[in-house]
This record gives sequence, C-alpha cells and structure tokens, in this order.
Amino acid sequence: MTPEELLDAYEEMVLIRRTEKAAHDLFMSGLVKGTTHLAAGHEAVAVGASSAMRPDDYVFATYRGHHHALARGATPEECLAELMSRATGLCQAKGGSMHLTKATNGMLGSYAIVGAHLPMAAGAAWSAKLRGSGQVAVAFFGDGATNIGAFHEALNLAAVWSLPVLFVCENNLYMEYTPIEAVTAVPNPAADRAAGYNMPADIIDGNDVVVVHETVARAVERARKGEGPTLIEAQTYRHFGHSRADPAKYRPADEVERWMKHDPLDVARARLEALGVPPETVADRDHRAAATVDAAIAAAKNAPEPVPALAFTDVWADGGAAWRT
Amino acid sequence: MADVTKEKFTYRDAVAEGIAREMRRDPSVVCLGEDIGAAEGVFKTTVGLFKEFGPARVWDTPISEQAIVGAAMGAAMTGMRPIAEIMFSDFLACCWDYLANEIPKARYMTGGQVTVPLVVRTANGGGLGFGAQHSQAVENWAFAIPGLKIVAPSTPSDVVGLMAAAIRSDDPVVFFEHKALLAGSGTRPPEGHLIELGQASVVREGTDVTVVALASTVSLSLKAADQLAGEGISVEVIDLRCLIPLDMRTVLSSIERTSRLVVVEENPYQGGWGGTVVSVVADEGFELLDAPIKRVAGANVPLPFADSLEAEVIPTVGKVTEAIRRLSAY
Ligand SMILES: Cc1ncc(C[n+]2csc(CCOP(=O)(O)OP(=O)(O)O)c2C)c(N)n1
Ligand SMILES: [Mg+2]
Repeated sequence: MTPEELLDAYEEMVLIRRTEKAAHDLFMSGLVKGTTHLAAGHEAVAVGASSAMRPDDYVFATYRGHHHALARGATPEECLAELMSRATGLCQAKGGSMHLTKATNGMLGSYAIVGAHLPMAAGAAWSAKLRGSGQVAVAFFGDGATNIGAFHEALNLAAVWSLPVLFVCENNLYMEYTPIEAVTAVPNPAADRAAGYNMPADIIDGNDVVVVHETVARAVERARKGEGPTLIEAQTYRHFGHSRADPAKYRPADEVERWMKHDPLDVARARLEALGVPPETVADRDHRAAATVDAAIAAAKNAPEPVPALAFTDVWADGGAAWRT
Repeated sequence: MADVTKEKFTYRDAVAEGIAREMRRDPSVVCLGEDIGAAEGVFKTTVGLFKEFGPARVWDTPISEQAIVGAAMGAAMTGMRPIAEIMFSDFLACCWDYLANEIPKARYMTGGQVTVPLVVRTANGGGLGFGAQHSQAVENWAFAIPGLKIVAPSTPSDVVGLMAAAIRSDDPVVFFEHKALLAGSGTRPPEGHLIELGQASVVREGTDVTVVALASTVSLSLKAADQLAGEGISVEVIDLRCLIPLDMRTVLSSIERTSRLVVVEENPYQGGWGGTVVSVVADEGFELLDAPIKRVAGANVPLPFADSLEAEVIPTVGKVTEAIRRLSAY
C-alpha cells in the first residue's frame, strides 16, 4: 500500500470504529431496536480486503457486517438510519443491523444464518466465471461458521469448480460466548480445514490492514487468473461483546488486554508514522471521519420512519406482495 | 418420416424439452444438480441437455444440497438464471435454510435491492413405492413460506408452458415434477408455449361439484369425474397448476356454479395447501356453498412402502369418488 492508500484505509477504519461506537450508544439509548453485532476491532479485515478488490467484485457478509457495508461504500448515515428503523436506511428499514446490503456496490448482503452465505458467494463466483466477467466474490464469516455444513459444501464446490472466490474467516476466538477452541477438533478452525479441499490457506494478522490487503490482493489475483479459491483466516478480536449489551465477561482479562494493545487503528497509525506521514495529517483524517459520523447520527435521527405500506412491497420482483387472485 | 402426431411425448421428455427451449433462447439459463449432466438425470428429466449445451451450461454437482441451492442463489443474484435440481423433494429438507430463510427473504429484507430469478426443480410425490424418505408430497413445505412461487404441473404440455414461465420469472420458483406422472404422455406443445404463473385451468366442466386438484390428483379427479358421470353427477375439475400465485378467482367462480367443493391434495392433511384454499372459500365464498367442504388429502403418517399400504394413505380414485358422492348427496 502506498502512504496515500494507507491513509485512506486508516480513515475508513476510523469511520467504521466511530459508526460502531455510535451504533452501540444509540442501542443503549433505545434508538436502535432489536440487536446489533458490532465489528469494532475487525476493521482491518474489511478495509484491507475491500481495498484489494475491484469495485465490481462481490461481498457476502454476516450479521456482524457493518464494517463490510461501510468498506464497500455504504455511508454511515444509511447504515445508522437502517439500524434506527428509518425510511432512509440502506434497506428501507426492512433489513436492520443484521442484513445491511449495498447491492449497487456489489455488497450483496449480510446473512444471519451462520454459514449460509458461503455457497452464495461460490455461486456468485460461478456466475462471474460463466459470464467471463473477471469478477471475484469474497465471503466473510466467523470462526463459528467453520463447523457448519454449508462451509464445507461451499469449499468443496468452489475448489472442484475452481471458482474465483475467497473465503475470509474473521477468527475472533469466540462464537457467541463459547471459545471456538472448545468445540473444534483443529487449532485453526478455518485454515486447518482447507487441505481437505485442496485449497491454499493463509493465517494472518487480521488487525494489520496492510497484511490483510496484501494477502487478499494475492488471492484475488489468483482467482482472477482462474487459479481457484483461497481461504484466509484473519485473526482478530471484537472490542464489544457478541451482541446487544453483552459485557463479554467470559473473556479472560489478560486476553482482552493483549488484544486491545493490538488495536488495528494503532497498528495502522504506527505504520503511517514509520512511513513518515506527519501526525497532523493523520489527525486531520481522524477529525474528518468523526465529523462524518456525527453528521450521520444527526441526519439519521431526523430521518422519517417508513410508511406502513412498505411492509407490503418487494416480496416479488414486481415490487408487490400479491400471492393469490 | 416421423409422424409427429403419433409421437410419444412424456412428462419426463417435457421437463427436458421445457428447459432446452429456454436455454436456447436465453444464454443466462444454466443447470446444476446431481447426475444431471452426462448421466442425464436419475429420472431422465434432463436427457439431451448436456449433449446440446455442454458442460459450460449443465453442471454436475457433488451431493451437496446446500451448495447446489446456495450457489444457484448467488448466481441468480448476479445475472444468471440457474435451474437447480434437487433429486427427490424429500431432500429439500437438507437445504431448507435456502428455501425458508435465504431465497424468499433476500429481496424483501434488502428493501428490493436484489432479485433471485431461479428455479428449484424436484421430483415429488408417491406412487412409485420408494418408501418414506423418497415418496412424500411436500408442496405444502414450500407453501408455508411467503416469497416462493410454486408450480406443480399435471400434463406434459403444462410442464413445458409452466417451465418457460418459471425460468423467465424474476422471482424464485419451486417446480414440483410428480414422479408418478413422469411416464405419462400427452401432446407436445408448439414452440413458444408459455403458461403464465397463477392461472388455474378448468380441465373438465361440470355443474354439481367443484374439485380442486394439483399435479397427480388431477388425473385421479378426472377419473372420478368420469365414473360419476355415469351416476348422473356432473363434476367440474380445476387444475390449480400453481400454488403461488394461487388462482382463487377461478375456484370461487366455479363454486358460484356448483355450490360444492372437494379439494384433492397429496401432501398431508395437516398443514396441507388445501387448508388455505378452504379457508379462503369459507371466508369469501361461504354464501356460495350448499354443503360442507371435503378435503381428500394425504394421511398424517409417513409414507409406507407397500403399494397396498401407500394406497391407504394417499388420495385414490376411490377416495375422491366417495367424497364427491357424499357431497352431492348432502
Ligand atoms: C445456523 C445458526 N445457528 C446458530 C445461530 C445463532 N448464532 C448467531 S451468531 C452465533 C455465533 C457465531 O460465531 P462466529 O461464526 O464465530 O461469528 P462471530 O459472531 O464471532 O462474528 C450463533 C451461534 C445462527 N444465527 N445461525
Ligand atoms: Mg467468532
């Protein structure tokens, strides 16, 4: 990454961090209903990967997917408006936190059934291959998804059909509350499975945006050349609990401390410093991101609620919901 | 020279023909499934496709129902019109997440950002003695889910016409091919034959009792109607052809004439689609009725193996005849 690219990546990560903080605060104050699964701590995975992709490549994410929507160009305002059930939300308030989608930018959805979107990503990659478009699909998923059947079916299909797809595991060590190691027969839940599908795998520092970017760039190039899928296990950590107001008491204090000291924003700042980027330049980006998110919060709060008729739109492609004559 | 008028055109031929016609006109149509390519399908419903369109458009898959339907969904969201085969409809349970949670909800929950124009074809129903895990009629499974269109044709010609509409539909369609009908034959429809989804067909006109049927139960009902004609009972038979969209207008206007209704469905009585048909009639057609409504449905048991036992639990001509007779005497 050039210093300018790294600076942009840094700003995007700050934007995500601030948006997640806003989502948390808005949830606590009752303005966000239902649930949220915040990705604070996971920023480098989304931004590093996205910055290595073409604008027309596809992304499939999980319910912990705010960072992927933002990294693919959804604005903090449309994301927060969705969380706050506003008509201006990304999905017209019909999706919510777990289903952020920005299809115009190839971000084809966030899915809340663990593992379900891996076959979809394989299918989007199959489609790209059939159309000869040169596009690549990337599925992001948690460590917990590596024990569900759809993960294994998708990896095998992608490998045997040599599809241009990347499987990027965000291994944050926990499922909801149980450590992944307590329920998995191999130490690296994603990467250790890849050999069974004859698929190359990388285990990387998911909190270093440069490492993520470079690893994904290599895998994307392989995929575009027709050399097939790659699995990437990005080690990372969530800064909040699993969802809602989970205080994450099940995580040992020393582990939390170790990971908090390895914050992806700090890692990026250190890299910027080493590249000789002046601290004021970095601070400018901090302020700009903060201002964007502050404005987004205000705008989302002022946005209208959805009209009731919206409950009956878009079941079908014709925009309606008619099921009988 | 082949005499086309005497050509035997089976329901299974119609499936392959219906798919082939669409694949010829639209390069975005592709097929995937287990043993559908070189092997031409375990039910021989994809005969000729691999030969004509090759491995770039007809893909043999691993035994991975989730990957098959999940990949079809991803491809459908990105410009293709995939046709996924699930060998036996019972196996839909192995990928039910996609039919229940993913495919029917994607458009709605994204606020209309995506469409999922795919067809999931599957061999459905009993009558072939395949036992409990390969015989159930499960169209009611799909019927329980808002967001899926459901087709279940009863004749070769309808297979072709409805297949065209299903593949061209921008909505996801579950296409039930009835196993007991595969060997039956009928007329080969002309090129361009298309039956819009959601249009029931009055396959026999009558004045005394309306029978609403689907797929395998259409021919049972027609046979029953034939028998009863000899007893002076005039039976109207409606082939729904699709469960979603459900053509209740045709059903209600038939009851306006007959004032009596029998619903014949192969899926189980508990949760069967007939319950919904009946509830609409009770709600909107109560005053049209002169008698209670009868449902002839699959029994609430798994499907047994022996033919004699299977006949006990799925609709038969005898059961349909009996229901109509009782109703017309009411
Ligand atoms: C099929 C399925 N089973 C269970 C759940 C409930 N659930 C939601 S998130 C979650 C934990 C997933 O952990 P992981 O894959 O590591 O992702 P993370 O939340 O850590 O990002 C579980 C069990 C679900 N949504 N889907
Ligand atoms: Mg996890």
